[in-house]
Amino acid sequence: MVQDQTAAGAFDSIPALLARNVKLHGTRPAYREKEFGIWQSWTWAETSEEITHLALGLLALGIERGDTVAVIGRNRPAHYWAIVAAQMCGAIPVPLYQDSVTEEMAFVLDHCGARFVICGDQEQVDKVIDAQETIKHIEHVIYYDKRGMRKYDHAHLNWYHDIQEEGRVAHQRLEPELNARIAELNYDTTCVMLYTSGTTGKPKGVILSNRNIIESAKNSSEFDNLSAGEDVLAYLPMAWVGDFIFSIGQAYWTGFCVNCPESADTMMTDLREIGPTYFFAPPRVFEGQLTNVMIRMEDAGRVKKRMFDYFMEHARKVGPAILDGKPVSGWDRLKYRLGDLLVYGPLKNTLGFSRVRVGYTAGEAIGPEIFEFYRSLGINLKQLYGQTEATVFITQQPDGEVRADTVGVPSPGVEIRIDDKGEVFYRSPGVFVEYFKNPESTASTKDAEGWVATGDAGFIEPETGHLRIIDRAKDVSKMADGSMFAPKFVENKLKFYPNILEAVVLGAGRDKCTAMINIDLSAVGNWAERNNISYASYQELAGHPKVLDMVQAHVEEANRSIAEDTMLSRCQVHRFLILHKELDADDGEMTRTRKVRRNIVEQKFADLIDALYSDKSEQYTETEVTYEDGRKGKIKATLQIRDAAVVDTASAKGMAAQ
Amino acid sequence: MSLDTTDSYVTEDGRTIGGVVMEMKNITLRFGGVVAIKDISFDIREGEIRAIIGPNGAGKSSMLNVISGFYHPQEGEVWFHGRKRPSMKPYQVAAQGIARTFQNIALFDGMSVLDNIMTGRLTMMKSNMLQQAIWFGRAEREENQHREQVEKVIDFLEIQAIRKTPVGRLPYGLKKRVELARALAAEPKLLLLDEPMAGMNVEEKEDMSRFILDVNDEFGTTIALIEHDMGVVMDLSDRVVVMDYGKKIGDGTPDEVRNNQDVIDAYLGVAHD
Repeated sequence: MVQDQTAAGAFDSIPALLARNVKLHGTRPAYREKEFGIWQSWTWAETSEEITHLALGLLALGIERGDTVAVIGRNRPAHYWAIVAAQMCGAIPVPLYQDSVTEEMAFVLDHCGARFVICGDQEQVDKVIDAQETIKHIEHVIYYDKRGMRKYDHAHLNWYHDIQEEGRVAHQRLEPELNARIAELNYDTTCVMLYTSGTTGKPKGVILSNRNIIESAKNSSEFDNLSAGEDVLAYLPMAWVGDFIFSIGQAYWTGFCVNCPESADTMMTDLREIGPTYFFAPPRVFEGQLTNVMIRMEDAGRVKKRMFDYFMEHARKVGPAILDGKPVSGWDRLKYRLGDLLVYGPLKNTLGFSRVRVGYTAGEAIGPEIFEFYRSLGINLKQLYGQTEATVFITQQPDGEVRADTVGVPSPGVEIRIDDKGEVFYRSPGVFVEYFKNPESTASTKDAEGWVATGDAGFIEPETGHLRIIDRAKDVSKMADGSMFAPKFVENKLKFYPNILEAVVLGAGRDKCTAMINIDLSAVGNWAERNNISYASYQELAGHPKVLDMVQAHVEEANRSIAEDTMLSRCQVHRFLILHKELDADDGEMTRTRKVRRNIVEQKFADLIDALYSDKSEQYTETEVTYEDGRKGKIKATLQIRDAAVVDTASAKGMAAQ
Repeated sequence: MSLDTTDSYVTEDGRTIGGVVMEMKNITLRFGGVVAIKDISFDIREGEIRAIIGPNGAGKSSMLNVISGFYHPQEGEVWFHGRKRPSMKPYQVAAQGIARTFQNIALFDGMSVLDNIMTGRLTMMKSNMLQQAIWFGRAEREENQHREQVEKVIDFLEIQAIRKTPVGRLPYGLKKRVELARALAAEPKLLLLDEPMAGMNVEEKEDMSRFILDVNDEFGTTIALIEHDMGVVMDLSDRVVVMDYGKKIGDGTPDEVRNNQDVIDAYLGVAHD
């Protein structure tokens, strides 16, 4: 679809884009959701009607300009509609992470000053009601799923459809007011407020204007030639900026269809049924899928297994080159075609990637093997680098210039600068307006000229102009002898092994590096089954000597690879242990987007860290855990600590110097 | 709350409990010389959750089998909706709107979850074998209707992700849920649950408890259940019957039963003389 550059000026809000889409694509599907085993769909015209009725209903409830409306629930069309309906009323939508526990939710509800809360189901309503003990500004709670809600006091509680019905009935009276409010929206009006998950400290509310969202959506849609014919699967948290830009920003800009899975557990089946053409996933999703494929191939018959191995090897050799349009011999092409018929095609179909034209991964570094695996199958998987404050896009990889170790060139409209300490700064039309009620943080993040610090250390490759990220700027530090310490660099090397789910590398200010490791239960569990190792729990498997042997081999292999890096060769892991529990967001050890909270982990496992830096070969520990319902318990364990072989680069250099 | 009123009343949590729907009058069941149930009488009211508890071998499952028509008591009468029930086959009882789950899961292992739940609607299918074989007219229409109802149950019990999975591959806790789904697919007025939470971990028990409460609340289904976990029984049920050695030793609200000396003795194991 051709978009006039100046047209963005006229379509300066999401409701304005909605009206445009009704005209342009009225009868095309805008949303689909699988319910009762069937894909239900709504055209743009129907969507507009649903949203308008909800907006009218909210007006009837007395919503004012500038009110905040919290939206809590899984990806469902109705929840996306609630966001746009709030915008129509001149209110500010605030999507929240639906899996956060009551106290986390209470903090955000309190901070954003929500007057209205729209909940997906009873579970979310319960949390909001709990939070209302301390928060007095919530006036109306609206729920979508009726189940279990009959017994609640409905004085300030409403069913979503009832609100829509009220709006429908009152449209004569309220439509002029609604139209007036829609007309007031412009590029500077707040489009959405998103809370960053906060690797450090409490979450901050990032205010993004219509300009931020629409300009970013426009630029990125043009970058990848997205059209109204795309299908995306909306399954990542609605509170995350990525989902907002894909499922609302780009969807409304280009007019493509957003598909919502039946439930979180059916995501893989739904993915296969929809076959998205444009797909986004954090590395762990791709890792998880690859691990599944590999486990299933281990269990497959001998003929299938050999065929898979043979053609996958060929794909690894020529697949990426064919995808990038580089010259490949006719024979290799023919063989690749045959492989596509026998292996790649069916495999892509099983994974749900048959139709993917553009795929992105971001958020964390992705293992080169994983990345190459998907690309060799002919899936155009690319990397992008971004953050909430930039409305996602900072850099992304253009077609044909895709590599595992870079994050691409600056996105259209983005300027990039690296300061003398190596920290990456950017400036773009997507740069956020401010942090809500937090001018100090706004001032320390964004300078007067609009440059924003990413908090990441990196450099631009002179030959290609691609950005490479090393680590979080604040995590990059010095070891006792003054050599550079970048934990993420080492952790990523370790995490690329399917058996290792998570790793925390320590070494700042120390004389050597050590690591705490989480095994991947599905991968190691399958390995245990094949090797007749019995275990009763995660803890028992994690402490099994053979598992330790296997992880030790991985650590030593990673050490050899780290030793090759001239800058970071001192970061080799000397000692390690396998943690007795998975790091978990419920215990505060990770953020909701599954990034390790380093300082909390270091505090919590201080006894283990002391043991890592002593001569002990085992350590007894007790750890408090929080269950999903908020109760607490304790896990006790005695952990083995192993020494890993390191490549002695320091003395080699020292000798050379002498 | 007194037990002999026939009027309906409203519970603390706002549910309406109606009049008596099922009444067991002086039931005695013998297997040869063994007396499994000895002269027991109790009633089940519309919309309530009625628990039957007791130590192992007390005759609880036998009682449930009497209600479901699987056993025929030698003495006593079963009254259903104000009428004395003649001796019936289980399928006839099922057609009256009584569905059950089993202590030992009784599903078709090789069939998918969906197909298993569809069997719950078997008593309602009118098309004959020929129509079903050629898949024409009534058979197709009927299946679509039944499938719609089954999908609602699948949604209700949150088992969408395993819809197409063969039951044999499922873990125990999920099989129990599928069994409940099959019972619910029959849209029963009275649901009999034989140890719905046996062998489950705390989390699975909490899920199952929530489903039982939701079934009762959403569909107004009357539920009679046997359960060993006292915490669950006391939380869930409106009234409890306590059995020991085939006899009824207590009947009343959870609080009444908890303070009943005979019940305490039975559970703490006082010597029988």
